[in-house]
Amino acid sequence: MSLISWGMYPIIKNKIFSLRDAVGLAKYIENTDEFIPYGNGRSYGDSALNENILYTKTYNYFLDFDEQNGILTCQAGVLLSEILDAFVKRGWFLKVTPGTKLITVGGAIASDVHGKNHHTQGCFSECVEEFTIMLANAEIKSCKKGDELFHATCGGMGLTGVILSAKISLKKINSAFINQTTIKTKNLKETFEAFENYKDIPYSVAWIDCLAKNEEIGKCLLMVGDFANDGNLEYKSKKKLSIPFNFPSFALNSLSVKAFNWLYYAKAKDGVSKQRAGIDTFFYPLDAIENWNRIYGSGGFTQYQFILPKEHSFEGLKEILTKISDSGKGSFLAVLKLYSKENENYLSFPMEGYSLALDFKIEAGLFELLNTLDEVVVKYGGRIYLTKDVRVSKETFEKGYPQCDKFREFRREHKMDRKFSSLQSKRVKI
Amino acid sequence: MSYVLIIGAKSDIAKEVARVYAKNGYNLYLAARDSSSLEDLKHDIEIRSGADVELKEFDITSYDTHEGFYRSLKKRPIGVIVVSGYMAEQTAAQKEWIETLNTINVNYTGALSILNIVANDFEKERRGFIVGVSSVAGDRGRKANYIYGSAKAGFSAYLSGLRNRLYESGVTVLTVKPGFVNTKMTENLELPQKLTASPSEVAEDIFNAQQKGRNVLYTKSIWMLIMLIIKHIPEFMFKKMSI
Ligand SMILES: Cc1cc2nc3c(=O)[nH]c(=O)nc-3n(C[C@H](O)[C@H](O)[C@H](O)COP(=O)(O)OP(=O)(O)OC[C@H]3O[C@@H](n4cnc5c(N)ncnc54)[C@H](O)[C@@H]3O)c2cc1C
Repeated sequence: MSLISWGMYPIIKNKIFSLRDAVGLAKYIENTDEFIPYGNGRSYGDSALNENILYTKTYNYFLDFDEQNGILTCQAGVLLSEILDAFVKRGWFLKVTPGTKLITVGGAIASDVHGKNHHTQGCFSECVEEFTIMLANAEIKSCKKGDELFHATCGGMGLTGVILSAKISLKKINSAFINQTTIKTKNLKETFEAFENYKDIPYSVAWIDCLAKNEEIGKCLLMVGDFANDGNLEYKSKKKLSIPFNFPSFALNSLSVKAFNWLYYAKAKDGVSKQRAGIDTFFYPLDAIENWNRIYGSGGFTQYQFILPKEHSFEGLKEILTKISDSGKGSFLAVLKLYSKENENYLSFPMEGYSLALDFKIEAGLFELLNTLDEVVVKYGGRIYLTKDVRVSKETFEKGYPQCDKFREFRREHKMDRKFSSLQSKRVKI
Repeated sequence: MSYVLIIGAKSDIAKEVARVYAKNGYNLYLAARDSSSLEDLKHDIEIRSGADVELKEFDITSYDTHEGFYRSLKKRPIGVIVVSGYMAEQTAAQKEWIETLNTINVNYTGALSILNIVANDFEKERRGFIVGVSSVAGDRGRKANYIYGSAKAGFSAYLSGLRNRLYESGVTVLTVKPGFVNTKMTENLELPQKLTASPSEVAEDIFNAQQKGRNVLYTKSIWMLIMLIIKHIPEFMFKKMSI
C-alpha cells in the first residue's frame, strides 16, 4: 500500500512502517537510511512523502489530563478530532485549530499550523507547553519554548525528528456554539476595511471570489465570530457525506467553479448579517464531506497559499488576483486571512500580513502560472506555505524564509539531514 | 452504567472498539492474555471518556477457566464482543500441526467455549448482545488461507445458530465479517486501499450495527458484494483460480 497526501499528487511508491513504541522506532531509525514521518496526510503536497514513510497515527494514546488547567498530554498520532470528542463536552477547546480537525498533533506541530485566530492567538506552537522527540541518533529529547530544538521543530516539517508526545494547553469554553457575523463586501478595498474593523474579534476568515473581474476583484464574504457564553456543550460529530470515487476531470471546469462561487456569495445577505453556528460548521465546513479532494479528479490538485507583509498586502493581492482571474484557472476555494506578528520558529509560515489560499487542479500550464505568482510573492517579500506546497523552487523558498540557513545548519549539526527527508526537503534542499 | 466485555482486547480492532463503546457511555472489561500490557489503553480510555475500565486476565484457549472468569466479573456485562483471532501464515499452518491447532482453538473452539457460557446467562436474563468478529475468509475456502478461513467459517455458522436460538429471548447476535483491515497483522501485505478499512472505521461500523440490532455486518460494506460474487463462482471453475 502506498500513502498519498491530500492533493493526491504526486503518487509514489513507498514502504510504510507504523509507529507503535519507542523501542521499535529506535530500531527503525537505526536500520532505515532516510524517511519522513507521516501524520494523517492532510498536507497537500510532498511534505510527508518519501520512499520510506513512518506512519504515526498508530501512536495515539492520551497520557494525562490536568483538569484544573486544561493541559493534555498525548502521543503525537492523536487526531485533533479525538481531542474535541473527548473535551468539548467538558468545556475545553483547542487554542489553535486549522480548517480541518482531521490532523494529528504531530502534524500540527511540524507545520506549526494556524487557524482563524492567528491575529489574536498565533500558531499552534503557542499552545505547546512541551514535547518529546526522537532524534537521528534515536535519543529522546524533551523540549520547550526557548530551546533551539523547539524552534526548529515547530514548523520544521518532520525534518528534525519524530515527535512522540506533546503537552498542549486547551482553552476554556462555555458553549459549543459560535456567534458569527458575516460581512459581504464588493471589492478588495472593502474587504481589507472589514478585516481591520473586526480585528478584535478572535476568529475571522474570508472567502474570496477569484473569478471576479476588474473593480469587483477581491469581493468576499468575511466571517468573524467568537464562542457564545450560552447554549450547551453538546458535541457529536455528524455522519459525513462521502465522495466515493474521483470525479471525471471535466466536472470541475471553470464554469462549475463560477457557479459554486456565485451560489455561495449570492446566498449571503447584503451587508452585515448574524448567525449562530456549531463548532463543526464554523471551524470545519470542509470536513463535512469526506474525501472532497476527489472532486478534482484522479490527476490531483494543489493548494497555493502565500502570505504578504501587511504593507504590501493590498497591491500584491490585487496583482495576484488579477493574474488568476485572467488565467481563467479558477479555484474552488479562495481563503483570505489576517495574521499577526511572526514567531521565532525557523520555518513557520505566518508573518504580519494577509495570506490567500487557492486550490488548483493539476493540469498543463498550472506550474507556469504558479511560477509567475511566485515572482509577485517574492517581489513583495512574502512566502509560500510549505505544508500546502508541491512545487516551489529552492530560490523562492529561500527568499521567503530568511532563517532557512540556520535550519539547514541545525540539521547538519545533529545529522538530521541524513535521516529525515521528504520529496519537498530534497527539492528545496533543506 | 453498563459494562461491555471485550474478549481479545489487545488487537488493533479491539482497541478501537473499546474506545467507541466508552465514548458512547459504556464501561469496559478488557480481557486478554498478559492484560497488564493494556494499562496504557485503560488510562487512555479513562482520560478520553471517563469510563470505568477493568483489565481482566483471560486466555481463550484455557477453556476450563472460562466459567470462573465469567462468574468473577463484578457486574454482569450487557454485551460481549469477541475479537480474538489468530491468523497463522497459511503455509506454516499446512506444515505445522500446532499452527493449525492454534488457529482452530483461538478462532473457533475458544470463542465457543466462552460464548456458550455467555449465551446461557443472557438467555436466562432475556437481555444482552453478543458480537463475534469472524471474517470474510470464512465465506469460502481459498488456497491462500483456508485453514484460518475454515475456523472462521465454523465460527460464523455458530453465530448464525446462536442468533436463531436467542431470538426468542431478545438477545441479539451480530456476526462481523471484516475484509482487509489495516492492522499489525496485515502491516506488510500489499492491500488495495479502496477495499481496506482502518480499525477505527471497523469499530464504528460494529457499534452502529450492534446498536441497530443487525445480524451480519460486512466492513467495508463493499465486501458483501465481493463475497457474493466469490461464493457464486461454480466449484469447477473456482478450483482452478488463484484469488
Ligand atoms: C481541509 C484542510 C484545511 C486545512 N486548513 C488549514 C489551516 O487553516 N491552517 C493550517 O495551518 N493548515 C491547514 N491545513 C493543513 C494541515 O493542517 C497541515 O498540513 C497539517 O500539518 C496536516 O497534519 P497531518 O497530521 O495530516 O500530517 P501530514 O500531512 O501527514 O504531515 C505534515 C507534516 O508533518 C510532519 N509530521 C507529521 N507527524 C509528525 C511527527 N509525529 N513528528 C514529526 N513530524 C511529523 C510530516 O513529516 C509532514 O512534514 C488544512 C488541510 C486541509 C486538508
